[in-house]
Amino acid sequence: MDSAGAESLKLENQLLSPVTRTGKKFYLTAAILLSIIAPGVFAWITQIRSGLGVTGLNRPIYWGFYITNFVFFIGISHAGTLISAILRLAHAEWRRAITRSAEVITVLVLFFGVFNIITDLGRPDRMFFTISHAEFGSPLLWDVVSISTYLFCSSIYLFLPLIPDIAIMREKFNGTARGFVYRILALGWKGTEKQWKVLQKAISFMAVLIIPIAVSVHTVVSYVFAMTIQPMWHSTIFGPYFVTGAIFSGIAALIVAMVIIRRSCHLEGFLKPIHFNNLGLLLLVMSLLWFYFTFTENLTSFYGAEPSHLAVFYAKLTGPYAPYFWTMVFSCFILPVIILSNRKTRTIKGTLIASIAVIIGMWLERYTIVLPTLVNPRLPIERGSYTPTWVEFAITAGCFAAFILLYILFAKIFPIISIWEIKEGKKAGVEETVARVKSYLPETISKG
Amino acid sequence: MTRWGMVIDLDRCTGCQACVVACKAENNVPFSTPELEVRNRVISWMSVLTIVEGEFPEIKERFLPRPCMHCENPPCVKVCPVGATYLNPEGIVAQVYTRCIGCRYCTNNCPYTLKYFNYFKPQWPKEMKNYLNPDVSRRQVGVVEKCTFCHHRLQKAKEKARVEKRKLREEDYIPACVQTCPTNALTFGDLDNPRSNVSRLAKSSRAFRLLEELGTEPKVYYLTEGEWHG
Repeated sequence: MDSAGAESLKLENQLLSPVTRTGKKFYLTAAILLSIIAPGVFAWITQIRSGLGVTGLNRPIYWGFYITNFVFFIGISHAGTLISAILRLAHAEWRRAITRSAEVITVLVLFFGVFNIITDLGRPDRMFFTISHAEFGSPLLWDVVSISTYLFCSSIYLFLPLIPDIAIMREKFNGTARGFVYRILALGWKGTEKQWKVLQKAISFMAVLIIPIAVSVHTVVSYVFAMTIQPMWHSTIFGPYFVTGAIFSGIAALIVAMVIIRRSCHLEGFLKPIHFNNLGLLLLVMSLLWFYFTFTENLTSFYGAEPSHLAVFYAKLTGPYAPYFWTMVFSCFILPVIILSNRKTRTIKGTLIASIAVIIGMWLERYTIVLPTLVNPRLPIERGSYTPTWVEFAITAGCFAAFILLYILFAKIFPIISIWEIKEGKKAGVEETVARVKSYLPETISKG
Repeated sequence: MTRWGMVIDLDRCTGCQACVVACKAENNVPFSTPELEVRNRVISWMSVLTIVEGEFPEIKERFLPRPCMHCENPPCVKVCPVGATYLNPEGIVAQVYTRCIGCRYCTNNCPYTLKYFNYFKPQWPKEMKNYLNPDVSRRQVGVVEKCTFCHHRLQKAKEKARVEKRKLREEDYIPACVQTCPTNALTFGDLDNPRSNVSRLAKSSRAFRLLEELGTEPKVYYLTEGEWHG
């Protein structure tokens, strides 16, 4: 065997090690996660049996944790597909090691977004009425359409680049039951030139298609609020504001996932500091953009000084929601900007801290959008308060744990870093990039 | 065309809550309990809000009875994803309990917060079960409900008029709250009939509507002397 072949085999083995080897740590993590999921399941069954009365919701606080989670999880889903699609289309070479882990986040987290909205229904048994009795005038129905399209397309977008890797695993596990499943999933992939051509084309097509769909998803989620006539929900900038926040929290989630993958699967050689540096810069840009939107949104309400808007504004800035609001400002803006604008702190550890802060901050952002408006409805004589119960906490914690568990399971079944893309990068990436940079430069003018 | 509406004279209201009780009995709305009260989950299609004006000892109490406003331009209807709430041809905003999926989007888009949600299965004391109104369906857990202007009474009145082979008269149909009010603070009728009491009162210089600036066009009018500080 020549040296190139040996190297390629070594690379394969390294990237497949999380799939082929399962240590004690995996079972321990799974056990911990399951112990968080179990109370969540119990809480959910309790709620199904006795109704939404077991939550802290009331009148007029009709929406609480579940809707916050819904907006938050759908936001996280922008991690993947959107970032991977943009980087792919931009031929960013550093994308190769991170696209897969990003795409998996999208597909998995969407289920939890959908789960939370179903959990929020008073009659989950009638959820299919949104199809059989659809009223397209309602922004909630726009959500149903756009989220299911997004789920469908991002699943395809995750699956397509998986095919060549599944084919590799089909050979590895040949003869076993597992190999049989991979054989089916590989869809007869042989790696012929024609197959590669079709696959590359399909991936590019999906990458282009997925961007407008992803943007539409969070725009429509924001419309659920923006289309109402409630103070500080009825805002024209909610569409872009929500999309920005979604990409922002998505990148943060991706960084956290990558740090965990890097450590637990020993893939330090693939997810290098440069990846975190680049994603950290992207996170910094989104943080600034997010702050710009937050500032604009709040200043407009304050300066306009409509009493109903001011009531919500002050509930956020100085009232009962002030602790959440200022924590959000600190962890979505102040902390990330301090860490990420300095090259010395834009390390793996630095981006990890910033990302965790952003994830917490963005959940609080959703919370401080949903709640203060409901607590201060238009008629000034009506006030409310909301204290979530153990049911809501347990279901929320369960959702996070279940998401992490599914993510880990995915990494146990499929390679979490795309093998063929890394190989391709090693083989052709450098040449391609050199050729591209050369094409930017002026032609050498011959003297004379 | 008939457009049912209500006029509430705030200067006549004594805050006796008879309308609230009549509404609950008529529409099979379960009793409120201290526990429900504490958790802000009381269902009361008609509720009388007490507003205290001024500083002690110069205080004045005002009462504001609030049924559903039955907007001509109802924000709750627009957002329903399954068509469980709609504006019927006679101007009543109706709710279909068996269609409602309980998403509570309508309750959140009602600027008056006058739609109610069944957080638990509605329950009555054993003795009360025989006194439930057979004309009104009992709601299930997890659905939104609201004032219907005692729509079932309109159905009954229409049937009766048909049997008697005559046209429906305005006085044939009157919601329970209006019927009960001891001070005649509540008036009900056809806003499109220029000779009706409601349409006359609605045009009075004392008349106003809640959050009129939102353009929801409520069909519940309030009357009061002087300015209203809501």
